[in-house]
Amino acid sequence: MTTLKTLSRPLCSLLIMAVMIVAGATMASADVLSSVKKAGVINIAVPQDFPPFGSVGPDLKPIGYDIDMAGLIAEKLGVKLKLVPVSSTNRIPYLSTGKVDLVISSLGKNPERAKVIDFSDPYAPYFNGVFGPKDLSVAKAEDLAGKTVSATRGSIEDLELTKIAPESTVLKRFEDNSATISAYLSGQVDLVATGNVVAASVNEKNPEKMLATKFIIKKSPCYVGVAKEEPALMAAVNTIIADAKADGTLGAICEKWLRNPLPADL
Amino acid sequence: MSYVFSIEPIIENWDALAFGALMTLALTGIGAVVGVATGIVGAVSRAWKIKVLHPVFTVYVETIRNTPFLVQLYFIFFGLPAAGVKLNGWEASFLAMALNLGAYSTEIIRAGIQAVPGGLIEAAQSLAMSRYQIFRHVILRPALKNVWPALCSQIIIVMLGSAVCSQVAAQELTYSASLIQSQTFRAFEIYAFSTLIYLGLAIMVRRCLHEFGRRVIVGRRS
Repeated sequence: MTTLKTLSRPLCSLLIMAVMIVAGATMASADVLSSVKKAGVINIAVPQDFPPFGSVGPDLKPIGYDIDMAGLIAEKLGVKLKLVPVSSTNRIPYLSTGKVDLVISSLGKNPERAKVIDFSDPYAPYFNGVFGPKDLSVAKAEDLAGKTVSATRGSIEDLELTKIAPESTVLKRFEDNSATISAYLSGQVDLVATGNVVAASVNEKNPEKMLATKFIIKKSPCYVGVAKEEPALMAAVNTIIADAKADGTLGAICEKWLRNPLPADL
Repeated sequence: MSYVFSIEPIIENWDALAFGALMTLALTGIGAVVGVATGIVGAVSRAWKIKVLHPVFTVYVETIRNTPFLVQLYFIFFGLPAAGVKLNGWEASFLAMALNLGAYSTEIIRAGIQAVPGGLIEAAQSLAMSRYQIFRHVILRPALKNVWPALCSQIIIVMLGSAVCSQVAAQELTYSASLIQSQTFRAFEIYAFSTLIYLGLAIMVRRCLHEFGRRVIVGRRS
C-alpha cells in the first residue's frame, strides 16, 4: 500500500498537468490568425542550435534561414515578431499546446507529425545529394561513370548511390562527415555525396572550393508547422510562401544561408 | 538474451571479405619488404653514425615512433595534397605502413648490429675478409638472426594496425567488414568473423616469417 501511495502522488500531479495542457490547447484553438492580428504580435518557434537554419549570431541575436522566414511572415502579416527558441524534440509540443502560433524549425513531414499538426507548403530545401565543382557536368547518377565520389559509410547517400551509381563509379566511403568532406577538399575525390546543409556550411568556410548541387538523391524539404484546424492561418502562410517564391525573396534567403539557389521543383 | 545468430551476411559477402583479407596481406607484404629494407639502411646509418644519413634517420625514427599511425596516415592522405602530393587511399596506406615499419625496424635492427661483438669484426678483418664480406656475413646476418623474432612481432603489429587504413577508404579487411556491417547491421557476426580472419592471417604470417627466417637468415649451417 505504501508503494501505491508514493506512486499516486506524482501520478496525481501528472494528471492535473495533463488536464491543464488539454485545457490550454483548447483555449488556443480559437482562430489563431485573428487573435495574432488583434494582439499585433506573432510567436514563432525557431531553432537555435541548427545552423544555418537557426543559430545565435555574434551579437547574441538569433540568425538563420528559419529566422529570416519567420521575419518575412511577420512582416507580411503586419505584426511584430516574437521568436521562441525551441529544440528539435519540443518544437511540436510548443505548437500543439498553443505556446507558439507557428513552428519554423527545419521541420520535415512525416505521418506521425501529420497526426498532430498541419504542414504548409515547403519553404526550404533539405536533401541529400551529390555535390561538386561548378564546372563539372554531372546532372544524374549515370554521369558519375568513371568518377570518384566520397560518402559517409552507412548514410542514405551511401546506400542509395550503391544502388544507382554506374559500375565504373568509385565510391570512397569514410567513417564520418568530416572525413567525407576532407576527402573532397583535399582533392582525393571528384565529388561528394552529403546533405545540402553540410554542403552549405562547407561553402561558408571554404568559399574557394564551392560545392555546387549536381543532383538530388533524396529530399525531405522543410515546412512551416501550423496547428490543426487553422485554415485561415494556413492560407495566409501559404500565400506568403508562394509570393516569396515568385518575387525571389525566398530565393535570396536560400542563396544567403544555403549558398545554392532554391530548387525549382520545391 | 535472444540474439539470433545469422551466418548469411557472411556467406553472401564472402567475396568482399576475401578481397579485403587479400588486400590486408598485400599491404603487409609490401609494407614489410620496404619497411625492413628501410630499417637495414637506417640501422647501419645510425649504428655507424654515417654523415648526413645519421641525423636524417634520427629525425625520421623519432617522428614516426612518437606519433600515432592514424595521424601519420591522415597527414599523408588529407594533408599532403595541399603540398601538391596527391596519393590515393592505397598509395597513402602503403607509404604509411612502410614508413611506420621502417622506423621501428631501424631501431630493432640497430640493436642487433650494435650487439655484434667488436672482437668478431676484428677477427674477420685479420682473416682478410673484404668490407662487404664482413658487413654481410659477420654483421648483418648474425644481427638479423638475433632480432628476427622481434622483427616478426613488429610486422604482425603493423599488419593488425593496417585496420586503420579503412579510414582513408583503402578497401582492406576492416573496410569490407564495416561496409557489410553498415548494409546488413549484423555487427556481431561480421566483426566476430573478421576477428577470426585477422587471427588466422596473423598466425599464418608469423609461421611464414619464422620459416623464412630459419631458411634464409639463419642458414642451414647454424
